[in-house]
Amino acid sequence: MNFPILSSLILFPTIGALFIFFTRSSEKNNNTVKYVALFTSSVNFFLSIYLWALFDQTTSEFQFVEDRVWIENFINYKVGVDGISILFILLTTFITPLCILSINNSIKNRLSEFLIAVLIMESFMIGVFCSLDLVVFYLFFEAGLIPMFLIIGIWGGARRVYSAFKFFLYTLLGSVLMLVAIISIYWITGTTDVVELYKIGIDVKYQNLLWLAFFSSFAVKTPMWPVHTWLPDAHVEAPTAGSVLLAAILLKMAGYGFIRFSLGLFPVASEVFTPLIYALSVIAIIFTSFIALMQEDMKKLIAYSSVAHMGFVTLGIFTLQQQGIEGSIIQMISHGLVAAALFLCVGVVYDRMHSRLIHTYGGIVSIIPKYSVLFMLFTLAALGLPGTSGFVGEFLILMAAFKDNFLVAVIASLGVIIGAAYMLWLYKRVVFGKLINNDLKQMIDLNKSELFILSCLGIPTLFFGFYPDPLINTIEVSISDLIEMYNYKLVSKF
Amino acid sequence: MENLHLVFPEIFLSLSIMFLLILGVFKNNSSKLIQNISLIILLITAVITFNETISVSGEKLFNESVIIDYLSSFMKIITLLAAFLVLIISSAYLKTFKIFKIEYPILILSSVLGMMIMISSNDLIVFYMGLELQSLALYVLATFNRDNIKSSEAGLKYFVLSALSSGLLLYGCSLIYGFTGSTNFDVIATKLNSNEYALTFGIVFILVGLAFKISAVPFHMWAPDVYEGSPTSVTLFFTMVPKIAALSVFIRFLYVPFSNLIDQWQMILIFLSIASMLFGAVAAIGQTNLKRLVAYSSIGHVGYALAGLATGTNDGIQSSVIYITIYVLMNLGLFSCLLMMKRNNEYYENIDDLSGLSKNHPMLSLSLLIILFSLAGIPPLAGFFAKFYVFKTVIEQSMYFLAVVGLLSTVIAAFYYLRLIKIMYFDEEKEKYDTDHSIWLKFSLTASTLLILIYFIFPSQLIEVVSKINIIQ
Repeated sequence: MNFPILSSLILFPTIGALFIFFTRSSEKNNNTVKYVALFTSSVNFFLSIYLWALFDQTTSEFQFVEDRVWIENFINYKVGVDGISILFILLTTFITPLCILSINNSIKNRLSEFLIAVLIMESFMIGVFCSLDLVVFYLFFEAGLIPMFLIIGIWGGARRVYSAFKFFLYTLLGSVLMLVAIISIYWITGTTDVVELYKIGIDVKYQNLLWLAFFSSFAVKTPMWPVHTWLPDAHVEAPTAGSVLLAAILLKMAGYGFIRFSLGLFPVASEVFTPLIYALSVIAIIFTSFIALMQEDMKKLIAYSSVAHMGFVTLGIFTLQQQGIEGSIIQMISHGLVAAALFLCVGVVYDRMHSRLIHTYGGIVSIIPKYSVLFMLFTLAALGLPGTSGFVGEFLILMAAFKDNFLVAVIASLGVIIGAAYMLWLYKRVVFGKLINNDLKQMIDLNKSELFILSCLGIPTLFFGFYPDPLINTIEVSISDLIEMYNYKLVSKF
Repeated sequence: MENLHLVFPEIFLSLSIMFLLILGVFKNNSSKLIQNISLIILLITAVITFNETISVSGEKLFNESVIIDYLSSFMKIITLLAAFLVLIISSAYLKTFKIFKIEYPILILSSVLGMMIMISSNDLIVFYMGLELQSLALYVLATFNRDNIKSSEAGLKYFVLSALSSGLLLYGCSLIYGFTGSTNFDVIATKLNSNEYALTFGIVFILVGLAFKISAVPFHMWAPDVYEGSPTSVTLFFTMVPKIAALSVFIRFLYVPFSNLIDQWQMILIFLSIASMLFGAVAAIGQTNLKRLVAYSSIGHVGYALAGLATGTNDGIQSSVIYITIYVLMNLGLFSCLLMMKRNNEYYENIDDLSGLSKNHPMLSLSLLIILFSLAGIPPLAGFFAKFYVFKTVIEQSMYFLAVVGLLSTVIAAFYYLRLIKIMYFDEEKEKYDTDHSIWLKFSLTASTLLILIYFIFPSQLIEVVSKINIIQ
């Protein structure tokens, strides 16, 4: 493979951002700037589709690997993809152009800066998903904080400063311990190359502490109960596009990290801490579902539902079975699509009515029918109705959980029911019922671009719900080999 | 005849200072001329240092009281370049306050000369001489805006406290001389093997004196007041240049005469480091004056540089040197921004004056944003790598406590850097500042910002340069 396709994927959005930076935008050329950003991110999407087409599904080896010396005798810039990471790259490149397209009138001031932040964010996120060196991973992982901090802080709502700080400091606090762990791994094994580390493994006596250090970072990022509190704040205050990025892509970094690093590098410790993860996941599922039930703010409700959904993901990952991990990845992809769409749906009504409170709405089904239909689709996908991608993920996770631990699976299944309750209740209160608020009559149905964006998200949600094979085929071999390696290491204790 | 060419830089610099003094006395209105000559002198000295000494490894002169090696050459060049940049960007500031006088460049040159002697010293007396030369020049510099009461206060405070610390340092020196019978570092090193308590006392006193000079907690009290009161261009000088010299003296002291007593001083250094990192981070949160805030942030940064020294390895020394180099770069950018906050011949230095800067001055605030994130140590900016190298060596020595405390204090420190960014980007704008800055100010801001930004593309270069520093044989 000569053409450095992964580096191009990482670099291309940054180049687009630089281009926007140098065009010196003003109010007049807002459209031009937007087209540049849209063009850049769409090209990146097609490039990643091309990557998927070239991707060999029959092997779990890392593909498209680029390996360059970065710091002499210390760190190599190494990127590559396997079945696990390629889907996240696709998700990132798919969501970003939609995100840019969704900025219609919601962001008026400093549009070009916003687009720069979004594009740089895309670069960093792709970097996270394809880096094969711990330090490079950490670099991208942390760097993503800067654009997100600015997105929440500059373009956010009333309590944006508080939320931006909380987001930044929470995640930074989690991550610094991971940095200590990464440097320790370097001194224990002499390398930070992930592929190399998979081969040689890490001494069992260090694994527990290292696992906990990585866990502290991923748990905040996932977010798991009880360190999830930054997420509702960040979501509520972020502009729609920011919430979409946060929910669809940022939260997936941690799930990916759990699979790639916690399972891959510290199998013995993962086995030790599985009960902890189970407990936290189950609490997250039940507890945050109940909290979601009580929310008045639509965005907050969806944010809490995200925590619950990520609870399913962590549960699935640590069942350590083929279905469980497959289910987790599909759940993450599905959540990426559905949560993004739900936040966009909230954004649509917010743009019109400037309120996110549920009781403002009610009975809008006859006023904006197209919106109501699409909103229903995503509501049903969020609660995991068969035929949507949400079902596939949750079903696989619960199936694996039943094999592993009956009690946990039963409780988690209860979470599905509460999930259905709060989503349907939300839908009922917003869309059906009596039309009390007369201002709502002025609402206009979806315009073309909104319809386009929501359909773009809706089609894969339905498609993968009926036919998840393309996803499963991509990840199957990588996951089965990962589990094989995991079990082998567990037996041979290293 | 000894290898006198090795001390050409110092000889050249001292002759030039004398020449400039005479020139300044005899020629009226010569401040601009002297400023320009001083700039050229600094550059020439840097070039001479580079040419004559960069490839020398461990030559000793004057009864082995002066040492020229890679560490000294590197630190001298950094010192000279930093002084050059300070001088070149401070002229507009000085003119505003009508203190653009001949003494300013000459004092800076003298303190640089003192630092060069400190950096090269291999003997307690030579070291003390250099230290006093630089300190005396710095006292006057602190009071340079003599009509300003705060500036006078800063100078006086600095003088009194610094004299105290010099006294402690001298006491330590005399204890060591008393127990080893020599002031030469190498001789002290050979005679130190006996476990004398008094020697430990000597080391402690010297460390206290040095910690004062580098403003490490708990000997930092002077720093915020002096930094706030001094003219901004002098504050810039204080935050960068003396720290380079003090750090290299730290290295020399700890690793040449006292390298065998690492058990004795390692704990002290770890304490200084942890205290500085934590205190610098916590105390900066409540500040409202930018210069005071920078003072606390520099206390914190010194803590990180000392963390590298506490490891007792060559890698640790190198990481400290890298840290201080990147720190100098970041501070240069930060102060360039401060010097740009000027409106109608008045400089603004409160945190609130940054309010809404991003709307009026997008480029300035973008640069400041990058510099602040770098100071906070967020990847992929240069500040992250500085911390990364330090903690890499710290963790190599299994000093996990130091590493974890250090990294946690970066999180605390991130808070006040973020606060500045918040004020710049999230708050309402105020009046515009002037934009007619000197080309050199713009240059130093652009160059430092770009270097911080693209450092991650070429991280190996700096490591390669620094990796030639070998103190521990």
